[in-house]
Amino acid sequence: MSILVFADHDNSSLTQSTLNVIAAAKAIGGDIDVLVAGENCGAVGEAAAKAEGVNKVLVADNAVYGHFLAENLSELVAEIGKGYSHILASAGTTGKDFMPRVAALLDVAQVSDIMRVESEDTFVRPIYAGNAIATVKASDSIKVITVRPTAFDPVAAEGGSASVEVLDVVKDAGLSEFINEEIAKSDRPDLTSADIVVSGGRGMQNGENFKMLESVADQLGAAIGASRAAVDAGFVPNDMQVGQTGKIVAPQLYIAVGISGAIQHLAGMGDSKVIAAINKDEEAPIFQVADYGLVADLFEAVPQFEEELKKVL
Amino acid sequence: MKVLVAVKRVIDYNVKVRVKPDNTGVDLANVKMAMNPFCEIAVEEAVRLKEKGVASEIVVVTIGPKACQEQIRTALALGADRGIHIQTDEEVQSLEAAKLLKSVVEKEQPKMVILGKQSIDSDNNQTGQMLAALTGMGQGTFASEVVVDGDKVQVTREIDGGLMTVGLSLPAVVTTDLRLNEPRYASLPNIMKAKKKPLETMSPADLGVEMTSRLSTLKVEAPASRQAGIKVADVAELVDKLKNEAKVI
Repeated sequence: MSILVFADHDNSSLTQSTLNVIAAAKAIGGDIDVLVAGENCGAVGEAAAKAEGVNKVLVADNAVYGHFLAENLSELVAEIGKGYSHILASAGTTGKDFMPRVAALLDVAQVSDIMRVESEDTFVRPIYAGNAIATVKASDSIKVITVRPTAFDPVAAEGGSASVEVLDVVKDAGLSEFINEEIAKSDRPDLTSADIVVSGGRGMQNGENFKMLESVADQLGAAIGASRAAVDAGFVPNDMQVGQTGKIVAPQLYIAVGISGAIQHLAGMGDSKVIAAINKDEEAPIFQVADYGLVADLFEAVPQFEEELKKVL
Repeated sequence: MKVLVAVKRVIDYNVKVRVKPDNTGVDLANVKMAMNPFCEIAVEEAVRLKEKGVASEIVVVTIGPKACQEQIRTALALGADRGIHIQTDEEVQSLEAAKLLKSVVEKEQPKMVILGKQSIDSDNNQTGQMLAALTGMGQGTFASEVVVDGDKVQVTREIDGGLMTVGLSLPAVVTTDLRLNEPRYASLPNIMKAKKKPLETMSPADLGVEMTSRLSTLKVEAPASRQAGIKVADVAELVDKLKNEAKVI
């Protein structure tokens, strides 16, 4: 077996989730090649070559891949991927966007968002917003798979010495163009890879009140998330949403503030190592999954929490 | 321009999902079904394009058993002009759905196809992208804004770090994300009118698509449940537990 892993990156550095996807590839077993497609992304190729367990890195460096347009990426990955038994990518928005196109071009099914590998053709994935877990067997000769990164412990970023091969394959489908991008700039860690996540829900009442969480997050070096209710209410942007329809996180510590704990939200953070919850409603479902629950008005508890942290950190 | 909207009948999002005791699937017997929420957003977007004078006709299509006609009627009540029901009692997987929709696209020649980004039952997030690949169209997935300008469309997409806008030539495929719009409710007069709108029924064989099953579900289980922990008395105890017991701060 041979596995092609599509690397997630921003043209300058390799995204942590790629190491999780390589771990999923190791669980399947076989030679693992990593494809780095982008523009001026040589440094990413070098970083991928150092990752544990990688056999070979393929670099497709061209302006047509610079913005990860699905139309161009899918043609490239379908052509390169034909020679592999498995094609894997992270189930982030890039992988979700282009991988089904790859599957369709190869006339095979895709298995989305796997959280466990049972064997080379059998995988475990959540359905119904995580309310059910399905074990599925893929019969196609090439398995196209997106991987839930938080479900696999990352391989080491250093220590490998894979060869790097530059590909001269330029696929421009001519169907789409990049216009612009608004990426939230933040000094905080990325939500999906942070060790600590502080999340606010509808109980925060408005976007202004999220500043309270920011000061707590700054002390802890944490990322800030939100429930779908808080996003739908317009308190914060959608890229902060944790849940089945948003980001899936599994930090060491998840602090849920003013979040009731709808099943939709639990599906996005239920794999966190430790969950702490602050909510004034003692019946809130979040307390059924929280390791430490505090029944309190968040507007009193959060400032106190910040003060207490100052004492111990 | 003509807009094609694909919709799916799924378990109502308010219903508690229960796994069958024999682990063969989710219990759907006597469970309330509804249009997939992302598909409602797709229908709403098409109706808004028509209200702006951008879309001239909205065709809504669904695939599945006879009962799916309910969801077509819902879409017709919301403002779609006519319906196509591809009737089958077999399980429809994403690639086969995309192939069926491709045949409909070839027949109807829409300038835009709008679908939900994923259905809340199988959570695959595949069909729109597969349809775009099979028909050679560009795609604007996870859309939070759609602006049509002549024979081009600009789609603003929800991506991991924020937003990204792409320009596509028409025809193109758009898949909807949550914030694209807030779907309206159908009015009673429109529900009555929808009953008279045309609805065409066909089979996968009529469209020349063979239904194959490439993925088999071996078992479906309830997720592992997490045990509730303890309630702490105050903030000081919470910080103490996090630091000294859980050792996570």
